[in-house]
Amino acid sequence: MESELPITVIEPSRGWVPVRLSAVWEFRELLYFLIWRDVKVRYKQTVLGASWAILQPFFTMLIFSIFFGKLARMPSDGVPYPLFAYVALVPWTFFAGGLTLSSNSLVANQALIRKVYFPRLVIPVAAVASGIIDFVIAFAVLIGMVVWYGVVPSAHVVWLPALFLLALVTALGAGLWFSALNVLYRDIQYIVPFLVQVWLYCTPIVYPSSIVPERWRPLYAINPMVGVVEGFRWALLRSNTAPGPMLLVSAVAALALLIGGLFFFRRMEKTFADTV
Amino acid sequence: MTMSSDYAIRVEHVSKQFRLGVRQNDFPTLRESIASGVAQAGRTLARLAKPGTPARVERDILQALHDVSFEVRQGETLGIIGSNGAGKSTLLKVLARVTEPSAGRAEVRGRLGSLLEVGTGFHQELTGRENVFLNGAILGMRRAEIRRRFDEIVAFAEVERFIDTPVKFYSSGMYLRLAFAVAAHLEPEILLIDEVLAVGDAAFQEKCLGKMGDVANDGRTILFVSHNMTAMEALCDRLIWMKNGAVIADGPSRDIISTYLNTYVTSRTEQSWPDQSTAPGNEHVRMHATRVRVQDGVIDDEITLSTPLRIEFEYWLADARTQLIPNLYLVNSHGAVVFRTAPTDLTPWQNRGDGRMLVRDSCEVPGNLLNDGTHRIAFSLWRGHEIVYWVDDLLVFDVRDTMEMRNAWYEKWPGVVRPILEWRTESSVSDVRHRVP
Repeated sequence: MESELPITVIEPSRGWVPVRLSAVWEFRELLYFLIWRDVKVRYKQTVLGASWAILQPFFTMLIFSIFFGKLARMPSDGVPYPLFAYVALVPWTFFAGGLTLSSNSLVANQALIRKVYFPRLVIPVAAVASGIIDFVIAFAVLIGMVVWYGVVPSAHVVWLPALFLLALVTALGAGLWFSALNVLYRDIQYIVPFLVQVWLYCTPIVYPSSIVPERWRPLYAINPMVGVVEGFRWALLRSNTAPGPMLLVSAVAALALLIGGLFFFRRMEKTFADTV
Repeated sequence: MTMSSDYAIRVEHVSKQFRLGVRQNDFPTLRESIASGVAQAGRTLARLAKPGTPARVERDILQALHDVSFEVRQGETLGIIGSNGAGKSTLLKVLARVTEPSAGRAEVRGRLGSLLEVGTGFHQELTGRENVFLNGAILGMRRAEIRRRFDEIVAFAEVERFIDTPVKFYSSGMYLRLAFAVAAHLEPEILLIDEVLAVGDAAFQEKCLGKMGDVANDGRTILFVSHNMTAMEALCDRLIWMKNGAVIADGPSRDIISTYLNTYVTSRTEQSWPDQSTAPGNEHVRMHATRVRVQDGVIDDEITLSTPLRIEFEYWLADARTQLIPNLYLVNSHGAVVFRTAPTDLTPWQNRGDGRMLVRDSCEVPGNLLNDGTHRIAFSLWRGHEIVYWVDDLLVFDVRDTMEMRNAWYEKWPGVVRPILEWRTESSVSDVRHRVP
């Protein structure tokens, strides 16, 4: 009977360590509960509750439509500007929220980290994943708008789940780097909001990527959100930009960000409990 | 140490160091990191230029654990004692995989659950019910397991009526009870417990200790850190004693605790002053010797609840003709006077001669009178209502609880005294006599 018990070996680790996603899978129930907690707590004691998930991208869209669409006459690839902006803001809001939450997640959960063992990866993953509900709500409004403007989506919509996954990978990849760094350097919590703001303007949200000269586009698409946003427009709105090569560059960049983030996070992980 | 095959935990030469520099300023900023990098480079340069400069400033490193080795058998309840900062909690954290050791190796056989702090992961905005599930998941319980034990947990915590209320509206007692209840219903093979028993009121503490006893009797392995020696002795088969990050003693609970108490309780069971000029006293009195001991025993015999004591005072009187009455005050560790006593029979004072005289007084305290804990004796000499001489803390001794006749009550026994009294229970069927402490 004794030999059936699993043996855990506790030893100091040195340098780079394997990512061990299997350990995260083992703790999937904890992951589920952390996501559930974050969702549940987010809108407690708010008057408007989950409607915030719609209000935020919707009002941003209104402001953008007035200033960029109407007054600045920004081109929008032949799509009505409000729809053009909102289709970009839905994945963007998910990304920006996920990045912000996950960057702060380890510090926010420091009491847990100092007391209980579990794969630390669970925490930033839960932070990003907790935004999925908000995304779904905002996306429902998007569908309503698509219908309202009489746009008939092409068969490309089947790519939407993959594009959403790309947004998730990007948010998590960046979130892993920043959350681990935030444990050591609290400067990160000031850097991230600023970074999100800059990132917004480096992503074709208020403008179409067609205004970027063709030869610069592959370089431009190293920002994975370029691929996500242009992909959303292409899949839902039949806009004439073919995002093929840009999407490929974005996907590779996002994957590199995630894999690098995973290894960096695991390398830093052993110090979290002592330094957070 | 024997390396048996039925171990649950095996710890081999584990050490752990903290770099204090990082911990002291809670959050280093990038600027500080850059600055300390520059300083480090400066030291490196200085060392190159002038060999002998230390590589790293020594005080930056805290050695929290130092070459710790021990083994815990399956089903054993091991206690860890030691003063604050001895490394007890760090050791549990290493075993719980919360923090990594800097060197050495440990093996844990079986599922390990830890109660390092009650209520970790409770969220104020969530209801009691929601927190039970969340906290259970954090502690490693499966959802089905929590659901199965949910009613039991809520009943144990005595919060049935408020289970759907957010815990921010709970009293601190309710909050702690619920948190402990979740943790207490974990079912790992190995359980790490750190000081959680200092929770709630006496009645709930008793319940917690009872629960722990059940867990231990279940054949599960327990590692237990506490300052409550009474609970430690009752629950643990074996103790290790840590000091400055190292294990300094490992053995049966009873032995370790008495060594520990002898080291930490500065008991003073005997004093003597051969030289009168330096002895405490005044122009009327000079102390000569004093001692407290087990009646018919020797000085080093352990004083327990049941042992009768003899307390002796020897002193010189400058003038034998003054009639002085000795008084003894016995004070407990809370500063309460347990009793004041003085001789009632004054006949020995008659027919005393002139001049200096050595007087020897002794007082007998019966067994089964004092409660356990540290006691101090103040001694005084009176002439009528006038104090001629008074000395505090002349003797300090510890009365030890042998844990007999406690009826599974492990907490501190209340009361200034703890006599064993005759009880009598009558019923219509028969007449039963029994004794209860």
